[in-house]
Amino acid sequence: MRRLAVVFVLSLLLAACVSSPAAVPTVQGTPSADEVNAVAKNLYCPVCANVPLDVCGTAACAQWRGQIAELLAEGYSEQQVYDYFAAQYGQSVLALPPARGLNWLVYVIPPLGIVLAGFLLGRNLARWKQSAAGAADLPTVDDDYARSLEEELKARR
Amino acid sequence: MTEDKRPVSILGRVLAWGLLLALLALVAVQLRSSLQGILTRGEQAPAFTLTTFDGQTIRSEELLGKVVVLNIWASWCAPCIEEAAHLEQAWQHYQERGDVVFLGLAYVDTEKESLAFIEEHNISYLNGPDLGTTIYMAFRARGVPETFVINKYGEIASVKIGPYLSIEEITTVVDRLLELD
Repeated sequence: MRRLAVVFVLSLLLAACVSSPAAVPTVQGTPSADEVNAVAKNLYCPVCANVPLDVCGTAACAQWRGQIAELLAEGYSEQQVYDYFAAQYGQSVLALPPARGLNWLVYVIPPLGIVLAGFLLGRNLARWKQSAAGAADLPTVDDDYARSLEEELKARR
Repeated sequence: MTEDKRPVSILGRVLAWGLLLALLALVAVQLRSSLQGILTRGEQAPAFTLTTFDGQTIRSEELLGKVVVLNIWASWCAPCIEEAAHLEQAWQHYQERGDVVFLGLAYVDTEKESLAFIEEHNISYLNGPDLGTTIYMAFRARGVPETFVINKYGEIASVKIGPYLSIEEITTVVDRLLELD
């Protein structure tokens, strides 16, 4: 019985350790460069077209990374940082635009195109298969004219 | 041998053509807006609302009857440093008149750096962030620094791409507009 109680208490202690806030990774104090870059890689500065913020070398991007570090240090979540940047500089700074308005097309058209292409390919493959099988079933040509034509062609070679 | 061709339904054709046309229209609209150049002289200046760093709200329609010098800048932009002193001197020159307004628009800049820039260069005219880069896009600007001078009727009177190199470069434009009345 005593052994059971010890196991129970130890289990409770283990559970408390696992579920304690210290076990959850949080950005406290000054965030590391990796933590900043993890957020920055999903942002694009309008000045440097097509260069993600984490690898962009301009002064503007350096300032933005500094801003991300400050926001994370203040306790902003990753999503809150994205929302802040979208409000300040427009949605075009986001690597993944929110699925609203015409932005939906970005998410809908590529998968739709893949499904459509797959469907068309499958249908045409089935047709080709059918026509190939049909061609194999065709009766062989067996008339005098065709035979003499074949012989003449062979003679000319 | 008979050819195995299934007729495509009218609805399918209409849908396919409709989708294609919609996509083409979308591409055309995007292409048109990206090919539009910067605003030019004589064009009506776009309406805008600027909330300054100190919380004032400036609406463009309230500026009619005044000559407006709208300067787009950024703290990370080296040529903007070059022209900062000329713009401030020009503002000091006109400030007492009351019919000339200088506005600074910080583009893609963090507030901390913008305020540091303003302080460092002793800029006293109104400045604010271009939230969402909406004003920059409305004026179809292409970089920084760029300055739009708007006449009393709300029309673009001058576009300066790059930095002003002297105070005279600014006063020549503004004086001409003030003399028009």
